[in-house]
Amino acid sequence: MENINFFLPEIFLTLAILATLMIGVFFKNSYNLVTKIIYGILVALILIILNSYNESFKLFSDSFISNSFTNFFKILILTGTFFVLIITQNFIKDKKINNFEYPLVLLLSVLGMFIMISANDLILFYLGLELQSLALYILASLDRDNLKSNESGLKYFILSALASGLLLYGCSLLYGFSGSTNFEIIGLKANTENLGSIFAMVFILVGLAFKVSAVPFHMWTPDVYEGSPSSVTSFFAVVPKVAGIAVFIRYMQIPFGQLVDHWQTILIFISLASMILGAVAAIGQTNIKRLIAYSSIGHIGYALAGISTNTASGYSSSIVYISIYVVMNLGIFACIFLMKRDGKYCENINDLSGISKHHPILSISLLIILFSLAGVPPLAGFFAKFYIFMSVIENGMYTLAIIGLLSTVISAFYYLRIIKIIYFDDANKQFDQIKNLGISTTLLLSSLILVTFFAYPSFLNSIVKTLIIN
Amino acid sequence: MNFPILSSITLLPILGAVFILIFNNKKSESKNAIYVSLFTSTVNLFLAIFLWNVFDLSSAEFQFVEEKNWINGYIKFKFGIDGISILFIVLTAFITPICIISCINSVKKRLKEFLIAILILESFMIGVFCSLDLVIFYLFFEAGLIPMFLIIGIWGGPKRVYAAFKFFLFTLLGSVLMLVAIISIYWITGTTDVTQILEIKIPAEFQYILWLAFFSSFAVKMPMWPVHTWLPDAHVEAPTAGSVILAAILLKMAGYGFLRFSIGMFPIASEYFTPLIFTLSIIAIIYTSLVALVQEDMKKLIAYSSVAHMGFVTLGIFTFTKQGIEGSIFQMLSHGLISAALFLCVGVLYDRTQSRLISSYGGIVNILPKYSLVFAIFMLGALGLPGTSGFVGEILILLGAFQKSFLVAIIASIGIILGAAYMLWLYKRVIFGKLEKKELTKLKDLNLSEGLILFLLAGLTLFFGFYPNLILDTIHVSVDKLINDYQMNLILNTIK
Repeated sequence: MENINFFLPEIFLTLAILATLMIGVFFKNSYNLVTKIIYGILVALILIILNSYNESFKLFSDSFISNSFTNFFKILILTGTFFVLIITQNFIKDKKINNFEYPLVLLLSVLGMFIMISANDLILFYLGLELQSLALYILASLDRDNLKSNESGLKYFILSALASGLLLYGCSLLYGFSGSTNFEIIGLKANTENLGSIFAMVFILVGLAFKVSAVPFHMWTPDVYEGSPSSVTSFFAVVPKVAGIAVFIRYMQIPFGQLVDHWQTILIFISLASMILGAVAAIGQTNIKRLIAYSSIGHIGYALAGISTNTASGYSSSIVYISIYVVMNLGIFACIFLMKRDGKYCENINDLSGISKHHPILSISLLIILFSLAGVPPLAGFFAKFYIFMSVIENGMYTLAIIGLLSTVISAFYYLRIIKIIYFDDANKQFDQIKNLGISTTLLLSSLILVTFFAYPSFLNSIVKTLIIN
Repeated sequence: MNFPILSSITLLPILGAVFILIFNNKKSESKNAIYVSLFTSTVNLFLAIFLWNVFDLSSAEFQFVEEKNWINGYIKFKFGIDGISILFIVLTAFITPICIISCINSVKKRLKEFLIAILILESFMIGVFCSLDLVIFYLFFEAGLIPMFLIIGIWGGPKRVYAAFKFFLFTLLGSVLMLVAIISIYWITGTTDVTQILEIKIPAEFQYILWLAFFSSFAVKMPMWPVHTWLPDAHVEAPTAGSVILAAILLKMAGYGFLRFSIGMFPIASEYFTPLIFTLSIIAIIYTSLVALVQEDMKKLIAYSSVAHMGFVTLGIFTFTKQGIEGSIFQMLSHGLISAALFLCVGVLYDRTQSRLISSYGGIVNILPKYSLVFAIFMLGALGLPGTSGFVGEILILLGAFQKSFLVAIIASIGIILGAAYMLWLYKRVIFGKLEKKELTKLKDLNLSEGLILFLLAGLTLFFGFYPNLILDTIHVSVDKLINDYQMNLILNTIK
């Protein structure tokens, strides 16, 4: 029973959620209190995980795995959630959706992600995935009186349920053809001669691609991003993507390790399609949340390109990419929560027109973040892409590299368009002054990381290199 | 000498920019910004001249080399200069303070931000010329786009948005292919360190495609026909200081890139593609000169003349003769001075009348004698009159071209005649003739800061026209080494 230590984060998280739920129910107007407790929980969890960071262990007859790889991703998820909670606080209060359920449901989905990442067994994996998704459905329709929010929640639920169904079908096929639900045993049995497992692999890939919103399973993304309250969108855009990439890497490595030839082609296609669609479709957007939705589709394309190489350097470049992506997206959402005029939050890109005059700091941070998203050196976004293409070209996948880089040029266009609106256009009315330490710290931190990354660009690589996947 | 002088020269302007950004006093904001930026850029100029002074002219090796671990296990941060790059560093350090002085009068809004952008741009430009690692080079080469995009877009003319986007996207499109090539080189040779790649020698079968990838980037930046169309737009819309930097330094990065990377790393491909370069250069020289003849906007005319002059530069580089390459380097530096000065001259008139059209002037020699004098010197320099620095570059390039191909040299010489035609005609229409427009009579002649800059530039134009050895002595050894290595490579390849 000593090994239960390695399951401690999940146990702690579950108990903490239940306890906080009680507090939330028994105290009136308990949003503030619950949020504060949850900050504490998140920090405590990070410490717990750091405590046994480097030890690898398998529990519950090999169905649960805990090692530096899962721990790295768990910390990334926790940090992402922490900052999302910080930057959304003001927004939630202004929109009057500051129920104590909001942070708690966030935590529930984090618990789902934890289990999903650590699962070494199909059943456990599916349980984690569904826990995460159910929490996300609730979050999408959190703004109950808003038609769009309801619509996006329903839309997300139906499409996601369909994807889960396909994934589950894949899981059952996999079990049928390999005789086990354990990842490692499946990995031994699922080879190219086992036709059923190839089918299963395709179904599972569909489900996973849906969760990270890769083309052609991306349709829900723009609508859900636009419809859900911005606070939830910021969570959608950051945290589930991290978990999705982690699961992708684990699946490709362990159960499908022998099916490389088959999934590689599929992943290359998915990643190319995501890059191109993300770049082209975002050009016409006027709503900044929709634009971020398409841009995140594009970014997932780059992260998947790294995975599709199936080399250690490729996997680590994807992990670096998704980490930098988290920093950039937290920054840009912090900016969105500062776009408030006459008590209303603006979502239209044209509302940013000429803000550089009145809000020099906000606009210079946006400038840095947008150029970084576009992948212009010397900002961090460039290095993220650089590592991806280093490993892609190492494996001789020149078509992927060239098309990928050309689509960065296309996507540069719409990032530049926002910069143009901010800096070149005539000034609009000022935004309201929002004095919130959390938002400004997040913004400052993220732009600072993006600017100074070039001084020591192998910082993330050296951490990622030590991760052990299985 | 252990002091990292190259990094200091590169970083100093950024430090100045940060200083302006952090320490601001609302009352005298722009004044402080001017003093700080002028101070940092002048210090940088002195550092650069000092560097030129202590530079060992007799050695063809890279000097002041700095090496640091950068991306663990992959890429080293490497700086170093030879006889070619030192001159471009001095040029950059020299042009920047001139820009800063010139924009005191002409930039009316957001002066502080403008100066910050100029200083950051200076850092990136110097970084390009210092770097001895392909990735570092790419980093600085691309990073320069950000401040230039903002300079054109925020402080530019009425069509500034179109011009800024065109500039950014054209250059980025060319450069991403270079990035693919750089990464490929890393996987072929195992390093991106330029000095090592020069020794290792890239296999011939890869050279052609890699050369084309680099070419796509440099051709856009140079700019060569037919991808030159962003340049006139960018020049016309950019504020004066932006045009000056664009013409004087940014365009030179491509020429420098051809010399340092294309010829050095891909000698076989360079030889193979020489006819392509010659054709494009000839078309650039003749075609853009003809286009320049019909321009009505002074800035556009000078922009097209820049394309023609850059045509001479590529022509000279790909003759692979000592005269041709030295001529090209000289031509780049002299064009850096003369085109900068010409844009400043246009800026002087524009500040006074808000018009760049040739037709809105005429006969201003009567009221602006000093201005007409300096303009004459630069105009004659641009058309390559003996005694100005423009002549030295062109004659050397033609000497090189004649050794390579008689036909090419003849056609290029026609380009010089066309150059004289559009320049003299421009001068005639703007400066000479009767002073008929009443609003022109109130114009004031050069003020102190304008006079200082323009006479300094005029003096240098004449000085290098009479004493080109100051520059040529610096580059002799490095160019010799470049040509020797190139020929050795070709011989080795034929033996194989």
